[in-house]
Amino acid sequence: MSVAIPDLPRGPFGRLRWALADGWTVTLRGLTHWSREPGTVIGGLLFPVMMVLMFGYFFGGAMEVPGGGNYREFLIPGMFVMTMVFGMGETVTAVSADKNRGVTSRFRSMPMAPSAVLVGRCVTDMLNSVLALAVLFAVGLAVGWEAHGSVADTVFAVGLLLLLRFALTWMGIYFGLLMKGPEGITLVQTLEFPVGFLTSAFVAPSTMPGWLGTIAEWNPLSSTVAASRELFGNPGWGGDSWIAQHATLMAVVWPAVIFAVFFPLSVRRFRTLTG
Amino acid sequence: MESSKSAVVAEGLRKRYGKATVLDGLDLVVPEGSVCGLLGPNGAGKTTTVGILSTLLRADGGRAEVAGFDVARQAAQVRYRIGLVGQHAAVDEVLSGRQNLVMFGRLYHLSPAAARRRADELLERFRLTDTGSKPVKAYSGGMRRRLDLAAGMVLAPPVLFLDEPTTGLDPRSRNEVWDAVRALVDGGTTVLLTTQYLEEADQLADRISVIDTGRVIAEGTPDELKRRIGGDRVDVVVRRAGDLRAAGGVLAPVAAGEVVTDEDTRQISVPVRDRAAALADVVRVLDTAGIAAEDIALRRPTLDEVFLHLTGSAPGASAEHPEPHTSDEKKTEGAAA
Repeated sequence: MSVAIPDLPRGPFGRLRWALADGWTVTLRGLTHWSREPGTVIGGLLFPVMMVLMFGYFFGGAMEVPGGGNYREFLIPGMFVMTMVFGMGETVTAVSADKNRGVTSRFRSMPMAPSAVLVGRCVTDMLNSVLALAVLFAVGLAVGWEAHGSVADTVFAVGLLLLLRFALTWMGIYFGLLMKGPEGITLVQTLEFPVGFLTSAFVAPSTMPGWLGTIAEWNPLSSTVAASRELFGNPGWGGDSWIAQHATLMAVVWPAVIFAVFFPLSVRRFRTLTG
Repeated sequence: MESSKSAVVAEGLRKRYGKATVLDGLDLVVPEGSVCGLLGPNGAGKTTTVGILSTLLRADGGRAEVAGFDVARQAAQVRYRIGLVGQHAAVDEVLSGRQNLVMFGRLYHLSPAAARRRADELLERFRLTDTGSKPVKAYSGGMRRRLDLAAGMVLAPPVLFLDEPTTGLDPRSRNEVWDAVRALVDGGTTVLLTTQYLEEADQLADRISVIDTGRVIAEGTPDELKRRIGGDRVDVVVRRAGDLRAAGGVLAPVAAGEVVTDEDTRQISVPVRDRAAALADVVRVLDTAGIAAEDIALRRPTLDEVFLHLTGSAPGASAEHPEPHTSDEKKTEGAAA
């Protein structure tokens, strides 16, 4: 029962072709998970929807948008960003499960393109985020949110959200490769809340104690929140600090910095995994 | 160098983690088509050795060839010729067994059709056809491990690394895995097996390398290793505890070494040289002295005893084998009355 060994790829073009093919195979694996366990995906999609309803209707009445405006219009861009943050928890879970079960080692002992393991994960999670954004978009429209900007502005805003998710994916991959067991995942998922709430996503930082407000303003997530509010034409909280005034620029810079830090860390960690 | 006939050759492998030396000049040769057992306590360097040979880790020093290719410089070539089965069932829990095997086949760059065909072959060979479409989550421990073995065999690699393949399995699942491994070996696969279970090495391995603190401290067939510490023993259990002393006296002249008496079990262990003749001698002297024996057994020393002798400490897992004398034993119950 011998099986012919395929020829090794030749040249950079051959290697690229393999890297793409292998990345796609790993991505397909993630997509197959969706079809085999739709409940997990649906649960992940419903969680932000539940948050929108809770914040929009339970707390919404008590919320005051600085400068006036509908709180749900203020909230939805914040929830878009929170959805990108929650997605990171799923990245960490998937990556650490593979690592701790030895699946990652098996991949590394195979003649596949090493990049495919992480790239496939990243593509799967990005597709998941696109789906999550689409669902939340629809829910937003249903609760009275609207994108008032031009089509180009709207596309740009979605691009910024996905750019953030992309950067957070690599952060999640790195944390996932670090985790020794499920305890760490709980920690990451718990930390998502204070980190996500200490932003301008739900309330204006100006309503927080001074020093806390400053941290919230400088939280990289706040820049994407503010930039997407601006591009969607939703009410923002204003803010006259430098960081608040340069939200769109920083919504590109912050993810770029996160990616620049965590991409090489992830690759190095992946290459030197011991088991 | 007989590297053309060796599936695995390692020379002077060294590996350090910080200040800890894990491998300290490890040498290993595994002839093609044989099963080599790498036996040692926890932390001896077994998994690190497999990691280096399967291209997961870089050695700090020394060199190694697997299936004729250098593990450091020709990693891709090596990866096409090895299968790695580790301590966990390294498969996707959500996918079905078949989907797992097809995915791995694709990642070995088989065409979609070839990957599907191969998956079906492997499911049948490892008796997983019936459960091929269930999610792996629903599999028993033994089934998962068989699927894991199948995933390591997608390309029918000439060399298979089994890193503690039955750790954590119940005895029945362990037997299932052993049967699967034997079948692979019959098909010509070379196996490097690490284990803490002496019985496992005894059952599967043609040759055993005992490693401790990163070096091979003894090497040979299971029988050679056992012979090295004094050959065979006859264990006699006397019926009356009061006969122990007298039995020890009459058996001493028959023994090839020191007779060991255990009062709790009423057992006397007699080292002997000539297996069959010694057994007859033991029966004869007991009969002459009128001592009734409840049980007389001729046996090889166990690998536990070998290990204790070589390293001065028992291997980590020996506690799980309260009855170490299960193999290579010829009981002659009630031979003397």
